[in-house]
Amino acid sequence: MSLLKVSGLKVAYGGIQAVRGIDFHVDEGELVCLIGANGAGKSSTLKGLMGLVTPHGKVHFSGERLHKLPTHAIVARGMALVPEGRGIFGRLTVAENLDMGAYLRNDREAVRRDIKRAYALFPRLLERSKQLAGTLSGGEQQMLAIARALMGRPRLLLLDEPSMGLAPLMVQKIYETIGMIAAEGVTILLVEQNANLALQVSHRAYVMESGEITLSGASAELAKDSQVRAAYLGD
Amino acid sequence: MLDGLRKRPRLTAVLLALLLAALPFIMGFGLGNSWVRVLDFVLLYVLLAIGLNIVVGYAGLLDLGYIAFYAIGAYLYAWLASPHFGLHLPFWLVLPLGAMLAGLFGVLLGSPTLRLRGDYLAIVTLGFGEIIRIFMNNLNAPFNLTNGPQGINLIDPVSVAGFAFGKPLHIFGMTLPPTYFYYYLFLAFTLLAIFVALRLQDSRIGRAWAAIREDEIAAAAMGINTRNMKLLAFAMGATFGGLAGGLFAAFQGFISPESFNLWESILVLCMIVLGGMGNIPGVILGAVLLTVIPEALRYLGDLQRATLGHVVVDPSDLRMLLFGVALVAMMLYRPAGLLPSRQRKREFAAEDGVADQEQADLYDAKA
Repeated sequence: MSLLKVSGLKVAYGGIQAVRGIDFHVDEGELVCLIGANGAGKSSTLKGLMGLVTPHGKVHFSGERLHKLPTHAIVARGMALVPEGRGIFGRLTVAENLDMGAYLRNDREAVRRDIKRAYALFPRLLERSKQLAGTLSGGEQQMLAIARALMGRPRLLLLDEPSMGLAPLMVQKIYETIGMIAAEGVTILLVEQNANLALQVSHRAYVMESGEITLSGASAELAKDSQVRAAYLGD
Repeated sequence: MLDGLRKRPRLTAVLLALLLAALPFIMGFGLGNSWVRVLDFVLLYVLLAIGLNIVVGYAGLLDLGYIAFYAIGAYLYAWLASPHFGLHLPFWLVLPLGAMLAGLFGVLLGSPTLRLRGDYLAIVTLGFGEIIRIFMNNLNAPFNLTNGPQGINLIDPVSVAGFAFGKPLHIFGMTLPPTYFYYYLFLAFTLLAIFVALRLQDSRIGRAWAAIREDEIAAAAMGINTRNMKLLAFAMGATFGGLAGGLFAAFQGFISPESFNLWESILVLCMIVLGGMGNIPGVILGAVLLTVIPEALRYLGDLQRATLGHVVVDPSDLRMLLFGVALVAMMLYRPAGLLPSRQRKREFAAEDGVADQEQADLYDAKA
């Protein structure tokens, strides 16, 4: 059974249909990516899943239908979002940001262990743990945003354009880490404009175009697909 | 000396307690009893500033109508303890009721504004503050609820265990006006408010407020119930405001809509901005300065009369001028306030370091 099963998902802002009824699924342990150009509806899909905007259609998460639930209730069920533009808490320290990630958890001992694990995954954050998050560089902020989302021990991690606005070397570093996190068994749904990278790291992929899914399949296959290559990989 | 005190917190606490206890006598005998009255107002404004700081400083919700809650607390006190309706309930009952009613109004104001932030929220709250004031001004007909612009008079003074604060006390050959008793009463409430505000800041609720202040979407993504937390901030802030309002009504014995105009809201906001938003010692300092300095400026009038024979510059004009200059200077040189919270201090200090780090990052990634 799929961890996340979405059918007929629609997201609209006023009269504008950003997502026009899409179906997709993410299985336990998978790294699935959703690629597409600017304005294809990728981020809106994630917002709809998280309840940040009210979606129409059916979203089942580990068998339960998430119907009109507020965001915090969806988070409590094990979905975590690394928002577009990172969304770190700029005037809190790095350590406080990580603490916020564990806001819903009461198991202090395990939280402490997870903080150690986060620092092991991102040694850069340990060096800067007492610094205000807003003073970190873009790449460090992205690491912090990912580490913070992991602090909630999510069953499904939603990543919204982790490569946005970062230097190429930093993007590579972030993607290495995403690969490591997936290898540890965290299920990930990755939204990305950078199709090349996303297809390299993911198992399966969906291609989105003006609010609809136009192609889907194994990432390795899609990377060879002439249509995809022409449209997204610059061939 | 400051260093020495910092190393000995217990001694500092004892000295501070002694100072606070002796303060009205020092001021009263040193500068005259009118200064004890000023002290009382200082404490009321500290209470208000601490309340507004919860909404603005902790949760980051800009509220320009805060004084409305002060008005609600004051009017409820006047209704339940004055000849206006012939009710004379005791203050220990009326005060909590006023605080609770104000808290309820906080939720009422909060619920329609949940989607608003920044400028938009400020405009709505500003409107709310004015609506309350205009209601108080006009609700004298058909049913005389507020007595309109004349306000409500002869409000019962606070009385504790049969001892009414309304009359001066003659003791040990001294005559102590009621302002002395109110000082200790207000001090008790202010200390309580400080304690609550400090505890809130470090609590789970305080952390949730900080997250909402920084980034609301990310806060929701952490699993914070942003709607309830924002309503709670409005309610808590309003409760403090209502409490201060009740104390104000009992202390003055008279209230009218004029005491609750937009200027008062802005004044309280200036106190927390000037002192250091989000930081309790800063907020207290801001409230003290902005209450005491205008009073101290009054002496400039006497000074001019004594040296020049007549008043050249009216001190109350000067007050506004200095106030403006001080605010502009603050925004330029100490944008985080006089005593900024630890976070804001670092935020303003560390901005230059980012570019270097960005560079360092690239090298780091290469390695």
